Amino acid sequence: MAGKTLYDKLWEAHLVKERDDGTALIYIDRHLIHEVTSPQAFEGLRIANRKPWRLDTNIATPDHNVPTTDRSAGIEDPVARIQVQALDDNCDEFGILEYKMTDPRQGVLHVVGPEQGAALPGMTIVCGDSHTSTHGAFGALAHGIGTSEVEHVLATQCLIQKKMKNMLIRINGNVGSGVTAKDIVLAIIAKIGTAGGTGYAIEFAGEAIEALSVEGRMTVCNMAIEGGARAGMVAVDDTTVDYFKGRTFAPKGELWDQAVVSWRAFYSDDDAVFDAVVELEGAGIIPQVSWGTSPEMVVAIDQALPDPESESDPVKAEGMRRAYQYMDLKPGMTMGDVVPDRVFIGSCTNSRIEDLRSAAEVAKGRKVDAKVLQALVVPGSGLVKKQAEDEGLDQIFIKAGFEWREPGCSMCLAMNADKLGDGEHCASTSNRNFEGRQGYGGRTHLVSPAMAAAAAVSGRFVDVRELLASN
Amino acid sequence: MEKYEKFSGIVAPLDRANIDTDQIIPKQFLKSIKRTGFGPNLFDEWRYLDEGLPEQDCSGRPLNKEFVLNQDRYQGSSVMVARKNFGCGSSREHAPWALTDFGFKAVIAPSFADIFFNNSFKNGLLPIVLSEEIVDELFQGVFGTEGYSLEVDLANQVINTPDGKSVLFDVDPFRKHCLLEGLDDIGITLEDADAIKAFESKHEVAAPWVFNAIKAEA
Repeated sequence: MAGKTLYDKLWEAHLVKERDDGTALIYIDRHLIHEVTSPQAFEGLRIANRKPWRLDTNIATPDHNVPTTDRSAGIEDPVARIQVQALDDNCDEFGILEYKMTDPRQGVLHVVGPEQGAALPGMTIVCGDSHTSTHGAFGALAHGIGTSEVEHVLATQCLIQKKMKNMLIRINGNVGSGVTAKDIVLAIIAKIGTAGGTGYAIEFAGEAIEALSVEGRMTVCNMAIEGGARAGMVAVDDTTVDYFKGRTFAPKGELWDQAVVSWRAFYSDDDAVFDAVVELEGAGIIPQVSWGTSPEMVVAIDQALPDPESESDPVKAEGMRRAYQYMDLKPGMTMGDVVPDRVFIGSCTNSRIEDLRSAAEVAKGRKVDAKVLQALVVPGSGLVKKQAEDEGLDQIFIKAGFEWREPGCSMCLAMNADKLGDGEHCASTSNRNFEGRQGYGGRTHLVSPAMAAAAAVSGRFVDVRELLASN
Repeated sequence: MEKYEKFSGIVAPLDRANIDTDQIIPKQFLKSIKRTGFGPNLFDEWRYLDEGLPEQDCSGRPLNKEFVLNQDRYQGSSVMVARKNFGCGSSREHAPWALTDFGFKAVIAPSFADIFFNNSFKNGLLPIVLSEEIVDELFQGVFGTEGYSLEVDLANQVINTPDGKSVLFDVDPFRKHCLLEGLDDIGITLEDADAIKAFESKHEVAAPWVFNAIKAEA
């Protein structure tokens, strides 16, 4: 019998029941809740007179709508204020742990969950947010769900699922210096396309992935959804175990030892069979930038922008032409020709302490270019913010001309006041470059934190490795 | 949820691939705490020439006359045909809410993003996967014939075209059953409450750290 994949093992460890119709009931260990996709689910519980199945699996914090400026006076936007208030009221009413907006532990859910040890290896983790795939980084089965499923998990602690197929993406060899987790995942999406992983759970493996910290692996798994896969994951190793030791909700004492033994079984067997295997050479990946309106429209920083006339698929070529029109760019240009009007360092993809350190390394002793209207640094949580301040990173950013903000989703999706103006280009460490995503008419270029900082201080997109070489 | 009956509807062609949920319903409208009222903001950035605001009366806004849903011939449409990877991006269930609030009951495409696909079934919106060739034929039919409509028959898993052609489609039996009967799947899952409790007891022995760690603070 063939061995099992990491995904197979996680699935089997949470299988409640296989039903005659080919679906399965899967038990959910952790449910993360935010203000945007939960109010209708809580309302559904009330209407049906249902209670949450368990309380100790849920953790909530507002992140999408919250202002990143001074919060002492509350939220100015009345519609956003009502939604955040609804989350507070629902958590209070049902008895769910919530880090409210002014709590120092508040932040982007996908940063807060692992930071608190609320999300742990070997678990099934869901949230009404597609970037829940982030948590696969530590050998968990984690994916986004819709509001009906938020209600379903609250009421039953289960989801009705069909097993996905297995895909292995292996990065052979390591990446060079100045090349980050973000560059790896952008290169992967450029290769497989935004629908390449549809129907699959993706396991990321190989030397370059093993060499990443858990934070870097979170960046990679975060964007599995941009490659079409609901779930991305990385096997448990020493790096994983070390990351969780001592965290608030992580097990302690004997229970810790028992947990570690259990977690170490979450890897793919040598003889496991994958339905699809994709390989990339680490040495071939250099800093990446997205040029278009889909996360697959990515070039290496030294490449010319592609010509739709050379694209054989007519639907894809038409998508490229639309993207060029929307982005106001032309085939044959390089990203070095583009001036970022704004720079955004943050989001569930890239707002952890290592991301901030990597951006600060570039910003240190330099100034945001005069052509850049605004450069924002939005830490992923209150605790990341404090850590950065303890390390003096905030001062490096402020001296360089960046704005140092309060934690939240911010300009990744512009539900709060942080947004692009019509036609503005942005060097952004977020995950989606869709039309209007960062503001009406806004033009997003996805990059790593180091590349975003390099664009900020250069007034155009540059290869960060050149700046790092002169440090 | 209402039972999903056989119906016949005008087809609106949205000739693009990778239509993401940010386009279907832009983020500023996600601040609502209701499930209804999203129809006027469906495809807001493509449909109107100005920037849409939450809770705004859309009746006086300038329309993009070229956009499919604003063209006379597609008024009252209830079936959408689009290209591959429809509904990619954010997990927002507001996307199917907006489509159904507008009046759509089915979307036909060569492929759908997983989360959108799943969300649709829970809201009386049928996503139908057909081959690229058949989708191409449907686009040609819609562009070539004003008032082109399709009959969608979920019970028999078939769509019937105006020229008498019938095209079969696949659908997961459980999802089909729930749609046809208008069933709430939470109720169905709770019929297995004993199995869930039995699993939970076993799981608590195998992974005790999963339980009782998180509590609301006083």
